[in-house]
Amino acid sequence: MIIVKDIQFSYENQPKIDIPDIELNGGDELLVLGKSGSGKTTFLNILGGLLAPHKGEILIDGISLYKLKGHKLDKFRGTHIGIVFQKPHLLGPLTVAENISLPHFFAKKPTTYKLLHYLKELGIQDKQNARIQTLSEGEAQRVSIARALVNEPKIILADEPTASLDDENATLVVNLLKNQAKKLQAALIIVTHDQRIKNQIERSITLKLIDL
Amino acid sequence: MAKPLSTGLNILLLALGLSIITVLLLIEDQFENKMSRDASGIDLVIGAKGSPLQLVLSSVYHIDFPTGNIPLDEARKVSRNRLIKKAIPMGLGDNFEGFRIVGSNHEYLELYNASFILGKAWTKPFEVVLGSKVAKEKGFKVGDTFVGSHGIASASHEHDEHPYVVVGILTPSHNVIDQLIVTSIESIWYSHDDTYDHEKLEQEVAKTGFPKTDEARDLTTVLVAYRNPIAAIQLPRMINSRSSLQAASPTFEIARLFELLGIGISLVESLALVIIFIAGLGIFIALFNSLKERKYDLAVMRSIGAAKSQLFLLILLEGLILTFIGAVAGLFLGHLFLYLLVIVNEQSVISGLTAFVFVEKEWWILAYALLVGVLASIIPAWNAYRADIAAQLAK
Repeated sequence: MIIVKDIQFSYENQPKIDIPDIELNGGDELLVLGKSGSGKTTFLNILGGLLAPHKGEILIDGISLYKLKGHKLDKFRGTHIGIVFQKPHLLGPLTVAENISLPHFFAKKPTTYKLLHYLKELGIQDKQNARIQTLSEGEAQRVSIARALVNEPKIILADEPTASLDDENATLVVNLLKNQAKKLQAALIIVTHDQRIKNQIERSITLKLIDL
Repeated sequence: MAKPLSTGLNILLLALGLSIITVLLLIEDQFENKMSRDASGIDLVIGAKGSPLQLVLSSVYHIDFPTGNIPLDEARKVSRNRLIKKAIPMGLGDNFEGFRIVGSNHEYLELYNASFILGKAWTKPFEVVLGSKVAKEKGFKVGDTFVGSHGIASASHEHDEHPYVVVGILTPSHNVIDQLIVTSIESIWYSHDDTYDHEKLEQEVAKTGFPKTDEARDLTTVLVAYRNPIAAIQLPRMINSRSSLQAASPTFEIARLFELLGIGISLVESLALVIIFIAGLGIFIALFNSLKERKYDLAVMRSIGAAKSQLFLLILLEGLILTFIGAVAGLFLGHLFLYLLVIVNEQSVISGLTAFVFVEKEWWILAYALLVGVLASIIPAWNAYRADIAAQLAK
């Protein structure tokens, strides 16, 4: 499903980020751990096609991510990769339902294609016409997960998805991500330093910086 | 839009600039039309010496004061020239409550293809025909009488001895005759006489050509139509060389007038352009600032599959929508301004203009506004296009 090979990346005049080779199949789960500044988010951005590495290759479904250029990469990301951020980052002027169907819109699918399904799956169907400002933090994070899932991606990337949530919501969010990844047979990669998640996912790698 | 107040202000500014251009456009278009309509069929105006522009304005458009009177004999002699196809004598100088009384013959009515809603043309002295606007405003019907006063503005001394009788009312023709009171030259003469010869008042007046009289009478102007193009070269020179007469061409004088007005018009126009430029700058700054706040949103949109080009279009569209609103508001305001201007100036030259027309050039205003929108949003849109999402999300 996803293969990470020989990735090398460093910011200018910064130590190199040590990125191990990874191979995940559909339904696999992986936790990416590491101290602050160890390059966790950078790694996630590289996986998500947001930041080109200096060397190496990411293969998703056999397609080399960074051989795709511009428009094609954006479209591929929209249909194959779902990204959940630490903060929900929903668009204020739109309703919950409109936010969730946005990936459909960008992928040129009918905007209600999988909308209702994921509103139900994440328990937010009664909020579908609510304004973003009226949501609680836990609800907003669930909306952003629904947005990441609605195009039924092969890879789900989550960047500190529980950092700003309380215990109850954190557990809920991790379980949601795990369940949905299972249902979609997608690979789930969670980047975190949240202790509460550590014992919920077996496989993990720890990133560190290599001094030159 | 993040800041509705400042955005609204920018749109208003843009609308204001565009409305000025709209008003100028509407006035220019209709004014030139009206000017040439009023002067159609009149190749030359013969009158007393003075400003040729004044002569044309007073005798064709009925706005300025007449230059003075000319002797009937001399006018008749000049008009016999073989280069003249038609000569319509006129006696000006009286008014009724601001509406000018024009003494002429039936050929003057024919010049504007005037037709009657009620009644008929005059046949005897002191019978008058009213332009549609005069009739409407004063509420006159056929058979009503009124007393004219001397001078062309209202509140001069009145000719109270003999009243005018309305015998006909003209259909609206959207040219200068709408606001005139037309009668025979004899009426004008007799109203200025100290004593009345009652026998003369019962005689029929001249319906075409010059009025017949054995007295030494005056005219104000003669409107002339050429027989052939050679007349345009020979006739004005010939008449102007005579000591007491002057000939002026409406086409030439109006072109000269527009040339003089042109400086003023282009001044107002450049002011409007500056306002539009500032409005465009304001929209640019608003988009640029709001983009700073929304960069994260845009990065998130990219991460869920939005293409660079889609975000580029998004910002561009925002600018275009804003300026489109400004353009529509500007066109509306422009028409509204002209409407108010016409209402306030009922009896002046612009009273014949209407705000309820759409001139083709107004499409250009729309296009121009959208161009401002593109220029104002192209840099913010380009910034959105090449924004580095990873760097943006890392913040």
